[in-house]
Amino acid sequence: MRRHFYANYCFPGLLLAGLLALATPARAQTDLLRDLEKQTTDSTQQETVAATFKGTHIINAQSVETPGRGTLAFLIQHRFGTLNSGAYEFFGLDNAELRLSFEYGLSDRLAVGVGRSSQEKTFDGFLKYRALRQSTGAHAMPVSVTLFASSAITTLKFNQLANVETRSTASRLDYAYQVLIARKFNSNLSVQLMPTLIHRNYVALAGMQNDVYAIGAGLRQKLTKRVAFTADYFYTLPGYVADNFHNALGLGVDIETGGHVFQLHVTNSRGMIEKFFVPQTEGNFFKGDIYFGFTVARNFTIKSQL
Amino acid sequence: MKRPFFLLLAFFSLTALSHAHAQGKFMTKTGRVSFFSASPIEDIEAQNQQVAAVLDFAGGQLAFSVPIKAFVFKRTLMQEHFNENYMESDKFPKATFSGRFVSFDAAALATAGPHNVQVEGDLTLHGVTHRVQVPASVELKSGQVLAAATFPVATADYNIEIPLLVRNNIAKIVTVRVALTCAPVSGGAVGAATPAH
Repeated sequence: MRRHFYANYCFPGLLLAGLLALATPARAQTDLLRDLEKQTTDSTQQETVAATFKGTHIINAQSVETPGRGTLAFLIQHRFGTLNSGAYEFFGLDNAELRLSFEYGLSDRLAVGVGRSSQEKTFDGFLKYRALRQSTGAHAMPVSVTLFASSAITTLKFNQLANVETRSTASRLDYAYQVLIARKFNSNLSVQLMPTLIHRNYVALAGMQNDVYAIGAGLRQKLTKRVAFTADYFYTLPGYVADNFHNALGLGVDIETGGHVFQLHVTNSRGMIEKFFVPQTEGNFFKGDIYFGFTVARNFTIKSQL
Repeated sequence: MKRPFFLLLAFFSLTALSHAHAQGKFMTKTGRVSFFSASPIEDIEAQNQQVAAVLDFAGGQLAFSVPIKAFVFKRTLMQEHFNENYMESDKFPKATFSGRFVSFDAAALATAGPHNVQVEGDLTLHGVTHRVQVPASVELKSGQVLAAATFPVATADYNIEIPLLVRNNIAKIVTVRVALTCAPVSGGAVGAATPAH
């Protein structure tokens, strides 16, 4: 396609240039660089937009980003207790919830991950696929779209004494499906929308829905070259979740150093995977049920790009 | 439509061949530029194979255009940092060099082997332009010009800010290597050859 274009368009051009040169052998010194730029600036060239978000997570939410081919990311996600728990609890710092996870980029588009949350001793596994990437050029793609699917299994021992019904393995499983749609408006501002479906095999109360639909929104606004403000929010669509659950809100700061990104944040959600923070956020942000937390991602290059 | 042009071109090229090779224009769009930064903590290396360059021996001039986003690093995160923070490649998508050969007799190219030459010109990087002079070598081999150069670039000269935290990880001076295989430009060859006839 490009070859064709080149042959038809450039060669007569070059010939013409040659003929012109014939006419004026002592041609004035041309601006070589300008000629070169003219030849190499191909208006049909597509360039993908990189670094829509700094990490693979915004705060609670997954971002459209994946670790990239051959990169293994080790994530330490940490949440302290609530700020309003008082001085006795050292404003939450006595308490800790943790999720450790590995994410690996099988290709630049496809990533797999596993994680373990201390909450309900939950293991999760997920796939992330970058279906579309935002790009510039002639056939520019306005947004990046990443598909996300995960399943989680709680391995909590059920307390026989507490008269809890015996639960099968299937009842321990939950699933999350998301379409992450993001656009980097400029080098400072990125916005993401996240239609979400959580399927829970088991719900605690009769009438609670097994399928929970939610819509999430995320944002990154760079403040300086290496510091960005981030936020994400999940709105649970009407349906019976439970009266004492809230929508998850996170506010954070991404601080970038050489090899890693530190993400510091406050959120009303204790859980760090979709099945917890979408339908099961217990804290009321505006009453001070705020968990301070952080995410540290360390990247290891398993396969060099070079 | 295409064929006649190619034939015409081939004809021109053949008639111009002997002189064109020593005097004409040579260019590439797949030149290589790599850079290397050695530090006690980490060596950083990146390669770019999409460099466009044109060497005009008739006019004694040369020009380079280097797309910054085409640099590939070992680590994906490094590549991201390089583009987003250090080079700000959205703002400054290309590095360019525009200059001339200093006292190089194009006729010398006809003799075999690499020839040393000084190149002087304006290097524009990260929106900052400096006049530089670097040693290079050029060689005519089976109708193509092989050109190579190795020179240092001080990041501070080009307002490339390295944050305090990683100051020990990134060398203040990076070594840039250029390696090109340039094919003769037909249009240029016709023009360059003509005066000799």
